[in-house]
Amino acid sequence: MDNELAIVARGLRKAYGKNVAVAGVDLEVRRGEVFALLGPNGAGKTTTVEILEGYRRRDAGEVSVLDSDPAAPAADWRNRIGIVLQGVGEFDELSVSELVHHFAGFYADADDPEKVIARVGLAGKARARTHTLSGGQKRRLDVALGIIGRPELLFLDEPTTGFDPEARREFWQLIRDLAAAGTTIVLTTHYLDEAEALADRVGVIAGGRLIEVAAPEQLGNRQQAHATVSWRTPEGLIESTESATPTELVTELAARFGGEVPGLTVTRPTLEDIYLQMIGHR
Amino acid sequence: MTTTLKPATAARAGSHQLGPLALALRQGRLELTQFLRSRESVVFTMGFPIIMILIFAAVFDGEIAPGVSFPQYFITGMIAAGLMTVSFQNLGIWIPIERDRGVLKRYRGTPMPKWVYFAGKVIMVVVVGVVETALLLAVSVAAFDLQLPGTATKWLTFGWVSVLGITACTLCGIAISSLARTARSGSAVVTPVALILQFTSGVFFVFTQLPSWMQQVAALFPLKWMCQGLRSVFLPDTFAGQEPGGSYELGRVALVLAAWCVIGLLLCLGTFRWTTRRDG
Repeated sequence: MDNELAIVARGLRKAYGKNVAVAGVDLEVRRGEVFALLGPNGAGKTTTVEILEGYRRRDAGEVSVLDSDPAAPAADWRNRIGIVLQGVGEFDELSVSELVHHFAGFYADADDPEKVIARVGLAGKARARTHTLSGGQKRRLDVALGIIGRPELLFLDEPTTGFDPEARREFWQLIRDLAAAGTTIVLTTHYLDEAEALADRVGVIAGGRLIEVAAPEQLGNRQQAHATVSWRTPEGLIESTESATPTELVTELAARFGGEVPGLTVTRPTLEDIYLQMIGHR
Repeated sequence: MTTTLKPATAARAGSHQLGPLALALRQGRLELTQFLRSRESVVFTMGFPIIMILIFAAVFDGEIAPGVSFPQYFITGMIAAGLMTVSFQNLGIWIPIERDRGVLKRYRGTPMPKWVYFAGKVIMVVVVGVVETALLLAVSVAAFDLQLPGTATKWLTFGWVSVLGITACTLCGIAISSLARTARSGSAVVTPVALILQFTSGVFFVFTQLPSWMQQVAALFPLKWMCQGLRSVFLPDTFAGQEPGGSYELGRVALVLAAWCVIGLLLCLGTFRWTTRRDG
């Protein structure tokens, strides 16, 4: 397998009885990139990721994750990946510090637990029992346990669900720091702004298939999409027009109004618009 | 902040993975810490046999046979039931909770070898079992003059019956944990099994006073044999004639308990689930 690729999947299939969850996914994730997987619930996103993580067996297809088959990985494979699952693994009676120290012991080359606790912003809560943490603090603990082994490849399953906006920004910075240090990151998310803010490339899964992979700004030919120009007419009505040449239209409007165009907006479809359009077609 | 980060792809030269013994001991310590911090399980597990023997001693006084007081007979059942509580019930109830919470899934995502999880449970069960049995004996000696075993041979028997019994119950507890679909159903699965075995195996009644069909059913399961082995330790040799087989049958005790260790192990290996059914 190509060593420049952290993950290669070809023709990945998985069915639960008659329900086909993954119907032939082809996927490549490069080393060092942040790859976001988008898709509605039930699209096969979680199943795909759990096959890559070694939690589930595939029915068919070829998979290589860090040059190992996750179904029969090399001995040190789990030392090299980190997994942050969704709302999982509560150890109510233990403190943050005890838990992070304990998990550090599982890895051959673990990071310093105190440093990791500080990095996820839980230094003030290190002695707190985990059942006293808020939802957002528990997610940070999940992340701490995911990165304590200094993984080359980190899986994040909807990492910021339940975060307030400030916590999300801080979390995004943490992900950017990890990416800057060379960690490959595979992220599943419901938040399109999150994918846009973090990901080098976005893959959209719908109906068990990967329907498109592109940089966030290029997804669904977003750059080529027509812009919508709207303004207020002298009668006070809002008028909008789709245009391939919005600059020309705005210039013309400026001439018509003799200067400022009242209520002028020029918008292109957001990632969300494109995404909804893409999955709506399926 | 970024400057403190080492490149994730750096050579893993400073590898210092823990050895198997260290991994197992750390896991055992973690399990014990969790156990001791959940007050209900400490009170229930440690307190139950002691409360039961105190009730029994208060309700029944007098002798079962010449020189054999009621508490002297029932201590054997209480020790056996206590060992079964810390192993079979404790694990049968707790593992489904940990599975439901995703604790098991989290472990599976780390390089921790699978067996370390079970080793941690075994260490916890053994430590709690020893402490609980010692407390039970101490209370019984103080409260109603329990006669402790007088010879080294009897202590040795006490040792191997307890070890085999707790091993069989631990393995069966791990195996039965896979029957529960949710965190809450663990105790619904385990408690009736434990109660029925306790009533039919000579924990709450003198075994030979039970209907013979019930004795035969109980003889299929480990608890009856644990009680019988412990009776050979705490009751005089003259009492052996009152056992169903006319003796304490220590050879058969060892055989049945060892067989249950094997059955339990096979069930564990064949059925253990790290994830819930809804996880697939």
